Amino acid sequence: MTGSEPTLAEICVVACAEAWRGDGALVASPMGLIPTLGARLAQLTFEPDLLLTDGEATLLAPSDGSGGELAGTERETEGWLPFREVFTMLAAGRRHVMMGASQLDQFGNQNISCIGDWVRPKAQLLGVRGAPGNTMNHPVSYWLPKHTRRVLVDRVDMVSGVGYDRAAGLGGRAARFHELRRVVTNLAVLDFAGPDHSMRLRSVHPGVSVSDVAEATGFLLAAPYQVPQTRLPTVAELALIRDHLDPQSRRDQELA
Amino acid sequence: MTLADVIGELRSGMTIGIGGWGSRRKPMALVRALAASSLTGLTIVSYGGPDVGLLIAAGKVRRVVTGFVSLDSIPLEPHFRQARQRGAVELTELDEGMLHWGLLAAAHRLPFLPMRAGLGSDVMRVNLHLRTVRSPYADGEEFVAVPALALDAAFVHMNRADARGNGQYLGPDPYFDDLYCLAAKRAYLSCERIVPTSELTAAGPVQSLLINRAMVAGVVETPSGAHFTSCVPDYDRDESFQALYARSAGSPEAWEEFSAEFLSGGEDGYQAAVARFRSGAADPAGAAGTRA
Repeated sequence: MTGSEPTLAEICVVACAEAWRGDGALVASPMGLIPTLGARLAQLTFEPDLLLTDGEATLLAPSDGSGGELAGTERETEGWLPFREVFTMLAAGRRHVMMGASQLDQFGNQNISCIGDWVRPKAQLLGVRGAPGNTMNHPVSYWLPKHTRRVLVDRVDMVSGVGYDRAAGLGGRAARFHELRRVVTNLAVLDFAGPDHSMRLRSVHPGVSVSDVAEATGFLLAAPYQVPQTRLPTVAELALIRDHLDPQSRRDQELA
Repeated sequence: MTLADVIGELRSGMTIGIGGWGSRRKPMALVRALAASSLTGLTIVSYGGPDVGLLIAAGKVRRVVTGFVSLDSIPLEPHFRQARQRGAVELTELDEGMLHWGLLAAAHRLPFLPMRAGLGSDVMRVNLHLRTVRSPYADGEEFVAVPALALDAAFVHMNRADARGNGQYLGPDPYFDDLYCLAAKRAYLSCERIVPTSELTAAGPVQSLLINRAMVAGVVETPSGAHFTSCVPDYDRDESFQALYARSAGSPEAWEEFSAEFLSGGEDGYQAAVARFRSGAADPAGAAGTRA
């Protein structure tokens, strides 16, 4: 399979990986498979200092080869991160999480709690989980496997993760650690470099037009005059994804 | 103590904290005993999993205080979900970190602890009792004043304990079980096995002794007492049983069948029924496929 054209899932893995570029020694907390593959790819390539867990309480790093293995092909335990330490690292700002969103608005207010009136919701979802604290304490990005008007909405039903307009509304120093970094979807990559930190189209995936993205978005999206194409995976990145990180191609199911 | 002894010390309307996280190391034997009791109108404080769902299904819960209710491998807890959508349960919805802070405040006997989590979010809109507090120092920064989550009772489950109430976890994460114990007037510790004190440090490092006997009012030995949640390294989550539990929540008839099979015979009856389910589940033509 190595050598063939990159799939959409592989392009999304690389776009997720790019969200952590430059972070250094932060805990990367990816929610979902494609963000997890992205974080691991970043750790194996351009962001080797990232910290990653096994999904439970153990921090795993690519082996340095001192145990006799080929460097990078095995992982070894480098630390302990139970939930109580996750909360401490979170409050200390040493973390960058990529969450999902059932709804996300123009300024990055995110809802994962419920749909409809909170008092008696039409659909109870996850609850706010750690989203309020994540967004007020450290960088946050989002992964949306289905870029539609049902997800990218004018107004979310229950603000779980805090957006730029609400953060600014707090005034003073309250929001000084608030930073929404990147939104990766199945159509495009977005950031919050639009007017007043509104969502802006950063790149479109191959075969997707700017109007496709606008059509699938429930609010007016800022965009530069020329929107570039999302960076394609390199040959080396494709090999890592296909042969090492996800040989069973589970990544395709997240976009099904 | 026995499970019945513990339940005998509780009253309707109490606030009860339940340790573990999601569908991990939950004191399910104590939860099942509570579900089978005559108590009602409880407030449950929990990083919620099937503990919350089972108690809701049994009609025990007035209010849930939580940041989520999830079965982990099955993202949404079906009983909690249905109860919310029917308006059948009250909810105090907090950020996960706020729940931690509320337990810590209660454990430290403080009325509140300041925190950034919650600011700007709808957690402040849906919880009318939440207040903010301004730093008295030069920075003048405003924070959420997370109120103490004082508990009448707490349930936690450990891998090992001694008869005096020293408890040991052997898995990777202590969760917040020590804080639940200290936030509660009376804490009850269930464990896979009660062992002589000297065996505790033989089984794991001294740091694995999370609970000391000053924190707990009683110990109950409940083998497989966290089932069907995980209790590593003693056992993983029972995914096929959890799937059956979740499917059974799909209709009143299916839930009645599940309850009759698993929840009507006390803890011994439950474990015996699970053993029957396991032997059926190992046989593709057995009862596992048809029961749901």
